[in-house]
Amino acid sequence: MASHTGRLTLAPPTEGAPLTTEAPAVRVRGLTRGFDGRAVLRGVDLDIARGEFVALLGRSGSGKSTLLRAVAGLDHGVAGAGDVDTPESVSMVFQDSRLLPWQRVLANVTLVLPGPGARERGRAALTEVGLEGRERAWPHELSGGELQRAALARSLVREPRLLLADEPFGALDALTRTRMQDLLLRLTERHRPAVLLVTHSVDEAIVLADRVVVLSEGVVAADLRVDLAAPREVAAPGFAALRARLLSLLGVDREERATGE
Amino acid sequence: MSDHTPAPGAGPERSTTVPLPERRARRRGPGPGPRVPGLLALGPLLLLTVWFVGSATGLIEERTLSAPWTVARTAADLISAGTLQEHLLASAGRALLGLGVGVTTGLALALVAGLSRIGEGLVDGPMQINRAVPNLALLPLLILWFGIGEEMKVITIALAVVVPIYVHTHNALSAIDQRYVELAETLGTGRATFIGRVVLPGALPGFLLGLRFAVTAAWLSLVVVEQVNSTNGLGYMMTLAGSYGQTDVIVVGLVVYAVLGLLLDGLVRLVQRRALTWRRTLEG
Repeated sequence: MASHTGRLTLAPPTEGAPLTTEAPAVRVRGLTRGFDGRAVLRGVDLDIARGEFVALLGRSGSGKSTLLRAVAGLDHGVAGAGDVDTPESVSMVFQDSRLLPWQRVLANVTLVLPGPGARERGRAALTEVGLEGRERAWPHELSGGELQRAALARSLVREPRLLLADEPFGALDALTRTRMQDLLLRLTERHRPAVLLVTHSVDEAIVLADRVVVLSEGVVAADLRVDLAAPREVAAPGFAALRARLLSLLGVDREERATGE
Repeated sequence: MSDHTPAPGAGPERSTTVPLPERRARRRGPGPGPRVPGLLALGPLLLLTVWFVGSATGLIEERTLSAPWTVARTAADLISAGTLQEHLLASAGRALLGLGVGVTTGLALALVAGLSRIGEGLVDGPMQINRAVPNLALLPLLILWFGIGEEMKVITIALAVVVPIYVHTHNALSAIDQRYVELAETLGTGRATFIGRVVLPGALPGFLLGLRFAVTAAWLSLVVVEQVNSTNGLGYMMTLAGSYGQTDVIVVGLVVYAVLGLLLDGLVRLVQRRALTWRRTLEG
């Protein structure tokens, strides 16, 4: 599943380096997947550069989760063809935190870290997501937002080359979601993994991503670069236009049209 | 939130100094209501009272059931003579040995069946058959095979213990949430980590539930095997007393069985509570 592209450097790719000359972190070619004879992905091509943040938008049933699971290598027994190249170290964040309920928070974070220094790295990762002092808590003692923070810590403590996220904030309330988006942005800027984020929120995609890919009926319907300055607030210039465009690509264009253009 | 005191127009800004209309009697929810301390002792106390009063008035004949004070005196006699302790030790030894063998075997079989499809094919069928056959119906066969000595007794107890341990542990293993298996896969956990930190802790509640049933099963088998052919043990003591019509000794034996059974069950529940602190259950 994983391809070894000879990455010897540990340093993150430098800003502004021509990403195109490097091998991409993720390379998907001609990916098809189907369930019970019904095609869900009909030939998807997708490249994600190292350190690039890609948001995947699509309506329900557009195949975005199927694509994510294929990239994660979690679709055993699903019929299909095509090539998926991913780095060796991949982490995934799910909509539910999937902390093991019988392990304390720190043990959840250090689940696969090798031996000595694991606890310190786990502690540091928890501090990074704002959960210092909660190391010995049980998962059921955490709130929804805290659970996802811990899940993020568990994903990033391994320093993955690729972070996959399946609507990670979909179950959170609006306020918590905004704070988690800020956190994810800070963390990905520091750790620089390539990110593939599946979301149903157009705003979330625009706020977070370098590139937004819209999936429709199993093919890539649009692939847009987001050239907005940070901080990307809804009131920022260009935000509304991009949002209107994405919404119309998704087939939602009633009132947004009026506010957008 | 709560369905009593539906004060009309009660908003969050309502002044707290306004006297609230008198609350109607709290409507009972569909549940049995809050626990009243000590209420659980009601049934046992009633039984004891009936026993006392019946024996004192002569309504319960000594032949049918000895009076509580006779039982107490007999118990004191048996203890001072050392007979009760001797029989108790013999019984406890058998029960614990059978329990140990049965739990180990049941756990091993459940792991084999839960972690490999071939193992499941080999183990699960025979275990379901063992489960379907009433355990004590095997006794004649076991006596033929292993004689009437200790071996037969321990094996009978172990066979009774294996079933609940196996069934509940295997059930828990196959019920482990697929989401955690998926998580382990994305994290790239090795097989050892996967078993040690995902599978076994996930199946622990099932195993402990099985253990509680196993303790009861061990106790039940113990009584029966000790009545088959023994020279010591509580069951032997009671069978002997039965042939002499000593209802007081029989009652002493029953009380000891009950106390030990409760103690063992309490012990397992304590282990359960300690080992499952991560769970938030209705028990609290």
